[in-house]
Amino acid sequence: MKIVVCVKQVPDTAEVRINPETNTLVRDGVPSIINPYDLHAVEAALQIREAAGGEVTTLTMGPPQAENALRETVSMGVDRAVLLTDRLFAGSDTWATAYTLYKGIEHLGADIILCGKQAIDGDTAQVGPEIAEFFGMPHIAYVRKIVEVGNDRIVVQRLMDDGFDVVESSLPVLLTVVREINVPRLPSLKGKMAAKKAGILKLSAADLKAEEENLGLKGSPTQVKNIFAPEAKANRKVLSGSMEDNVAQLVNELVEMKCI
Amino acid sequence: MDYFLTEEQVMIRDLARQIAEEKIVPVRAELDETGEFPWDVMKTLAQSDLFGLFIPEEYGGLGKGCLELTIAVEELSRACLGVSTTFAANALGTYPILLFGSDEQKKKFLPDIAAGKRLVAFGLTEANAGSDAGGTQTTARLDGNEYVINGTKQWITNGGAAEVYTIIAITDRSKGPRGASAFVIEKGTPGFTFGKKENKMGIRASATTELIFDNCRIPKENLIGKEGMGFVVAMKTLDNSRTGVGSQGVGVAQGALDEAVKFARQRVQFGHPVITFQAVQHMLADMATSIEAARALVYAVSRLVDSGSKDISKESAMAKVFATDMAMRVTTDAVQVMGGSGYMKEYPVEKMMRDAKILQIYEGTNQIQRNVIGQALIKEAARLK
Repeated sequence: MKIVVCVKQVPDTAEVRINPETNTLVRDGVPSIINPYDLHAVEAALQIREAAGGEVTTLTMGPPQAENALRETVSMGVDRAVLLTDRLFAGSDTWATAYTLYKGIEHLGADIILCGKQAIDGDTAQVGPEIAEFFGMPHIAYVRKIVEVGNDRIVVQRLMDDGFDVVESSLPVLLTVVREINVPRLPSLKGKMAAKKAGILKLSAADLKAEEENLGLKGSPTQVKNIFAPEAKANRKVLSGSMEDNVAQLVNELVEMKCI
Repeated sequence: MDYFLTEEQVMIRDLARQIAEEKIVPVRAELDETGEFPWDVMKTLAQSDLFGLFIPEEYGGLGKGCLELTIAVEELSRACLGVSTTFAANALGTYPILLFGSDEQKKKFLPDIAAGKRLVAFGLTEANAGSDAGGTQTTARLDGNEYVINGTKQWITNGGAAEVYTIIAITDRSKGPRGASAFVIEKGTPGFTFGKKENKMGIRASATTELIFDNCRIPKENLIGKEGMGFVVAMKTLDNSRTGVGSQGVGVAQGALDEAVKFARQRVQFGHPVITFQAVQHMLADMATSIEAARALVYAVSRLVDSGSKDISKESAMAKVFATDMAMRVTTDAVQVMGGSGYMKEYPVEKMMRDAKILQIYEGTNQIQRNVIGQALIKEAARLK
């Protein structure tokens, strides 16, 4: 079983600053951590390995200092860590990031791909599912429990607003996980010592045979015009009474608002 | 203060601190209240490899020494002495095997101990043998290829929770102190049961029970060292473990000082945070200074132990007595700085003060430690003549 976990190095602060000219995140001078959701994905991968055997690889795309995040995952017990790093990757939006990670995973091979449900800096929750789309493989988002892992199938619970779904999928598959799935283990001393010495495999755009027009800022269809906090709108009405009354009332309201 | 720790020692400190802050601080009040054994924390410590710190690499450990263990115990003690007592008593119980065990005994027991799969306890104390180990009444009689153990050990840390017990029993009463021997006994051996679990003032997360041996038969190979070496095994074990108790004192005192400083900055009286008052500042200054002095001594003695020095009784007794008397003073002063709040269970310092008291009592009372130091002075003076 080959398991690849995508991790991201994110700024360790709730106050993410924005460069007003480029409308992108300012990462300079802010200490970095592994995106907390990704630690749950690493733990899930290690638990799959413990139950079903196999090899766990962590993968990230980023500048050379992203190596630190990868070493942290080695100290938790992953088998190897791979860094996709190249000036051509700079400025990637979620589409270009997903493309790059997809090329990386294609290079490495994977039966199960794990991601955190989203990163705490961008909060888009897009990259995981986008990678699956590039592969044309199934994906299951918001996984809260891995029920069963077979040689060619997996059964998981997917968190929903009103409970959970039980979903079965063929392999290969991509999963994004939520916090509820597990408690990430702390590193071990032997792991930390191994992490210090571990070789990190570095791959460039050329190594991945990636198409240059799909990479970095040039390959990013997203143009950020402005970033702002949405205004809280107090303009709401709560209907009470029986369901029949509510429906009639709702239709009236919508007609009055000229919505229907 | 910078103690010029190696990169690995800093790594050990940081990991122990992370475990203390993330896994122990959130549960310490509940463990104190219920007196439940901290199995979850032990599991985390096992996963982190900390149980293997001082065990040689050939037995699955990390092959580190006394200073590394001191550093880890200090960090755990900063969060909870009950947990750190459980962890340190495991080392205490392991020393007889590590220092005097045969290759077979080491191969059999150390790998599981290093992995944290089996906890260990050390059994010396009895109802009539506390400071005076010569009063030991538990006996071991050789019968064919087996020893038959009879007697009761009391106040044994990790009793019931541990899987492996190293105990001292009398094999030949006519020989006095040279008639004691050390044995390793596994939980589950017929004739070996546990008595009452003690209800303690402090370190309530740690288990303290009686060990009851009623015609408990163990294989002859479970003798540690030779017959008659029991008290040597016990004394060398305690020489090695005393710095650990000293580091418990440093840790709990540092934890109490941290709380007191935090509180004194927030607590406003007469229109100012109380930390701006000189009376409070001077108390905190004395606390901080005495902690640093104790830490310097405990680290220095740990390094002495690691140097392979043969006679460490005096210095390890000094580290224990100085650091633990200091811990009692500093935790009491932390409660005083925090006033009524410090006395309440909403804050952790009253627990730290209750916990600290045991450090002056167990693994040789501080009066016995002073005897050890005094006797060493007499011996040294006699040598000079």
